[in-house]
Amino acid sequence: MIEQRPLPERRKASAALDEARLRQQAIGVRLRQMFDEVVNEEIPAEFLEILRRADERGSGKS
Amino acid sequence: METVEIKPRQERTAADDAVFKRDLVQLIPHLRAFARTLCGDATAADDLAQDAMMKAWDARASFQMGTNMKAWTFMILRNQFYSEKRRSWRQSQLDQEAAERTLVAVDDPEAPVALDELRLGLAMLPPEQREALILVGAGGFAYEEAADICNCAVGTVKSRVSRARRALHAILEAGDYARDGGSAGDAMRSILADAERLSSIR
Repeated sequence: MIEQRPLPERRKASAALDEARLRQQAIGVRLRQMFDEVVNEEIPAEFLEILRRADERGSGKS
Repeated sequence: METVEIKPRQERTAADDAVFKRDLVQLIPHLRAFARTLCGDATAADDLAQDAMMKAWDARASFQMGTNMKAWTFMILRNQFYSEKRRSWRQSQLDQEAAERTLVAVDDPEAPVALDELRLGLAMLPPEQREALILVGAGGFAYEEAADICNCAVGTVKSRVSRARRALHAILEAGDYARDGGSAGDAMRSILADAERLSSIR
């Protein structure tokens, strides 16, 4: 009987809040997915090659 | 995490360089991902990531071992990006171009639709909001670390992230991204469906 107290609007508001939270979470998942997609790519050989050459230059042996 | 020996700077050895190099190599994928979100265009992003990697290597003597190397390299990459951007022409023009290039780059018919739309939505955010959201929301950085990387106050990062989240949500909801022929509301629906699918896999 006391359960009748919350107004329908209030329930509606909290449902909307849950919905908004769900949507934000979904965007968050997507964002991480987008980022991780690149993280999980194989490192292009060029990167390692450049670093190797710099390392050799730095240590004076090539 | 590896065990870290702290040595006075002048005693830097070949072994230190080897450790630094190994750690730097492990960070390359993250640098590429961060660069991609800043540049949009994959080729330009890899150029930026390579420049940042070399800057980090050249500055290795100034890196304090035991501190957050990921944040340090991200800061280098970000500085590099903005100094190049300052040298080039109008900022807004660049953002628009990045968005267009991203659109052109996504010609894989199998690619999930909402991912492009998320990228386009991101491209519409002000750069400082976009990077804050990426660092915290995707890069796994704490607000404090993101503040160090962006050289601003923690509160500023927090407010940028929250504004970015709201704006991105609104953009995706309205289907307001710069895509011709895309139907409004589809992006958010597709993102929701995808999140459900992903969370059921996890």
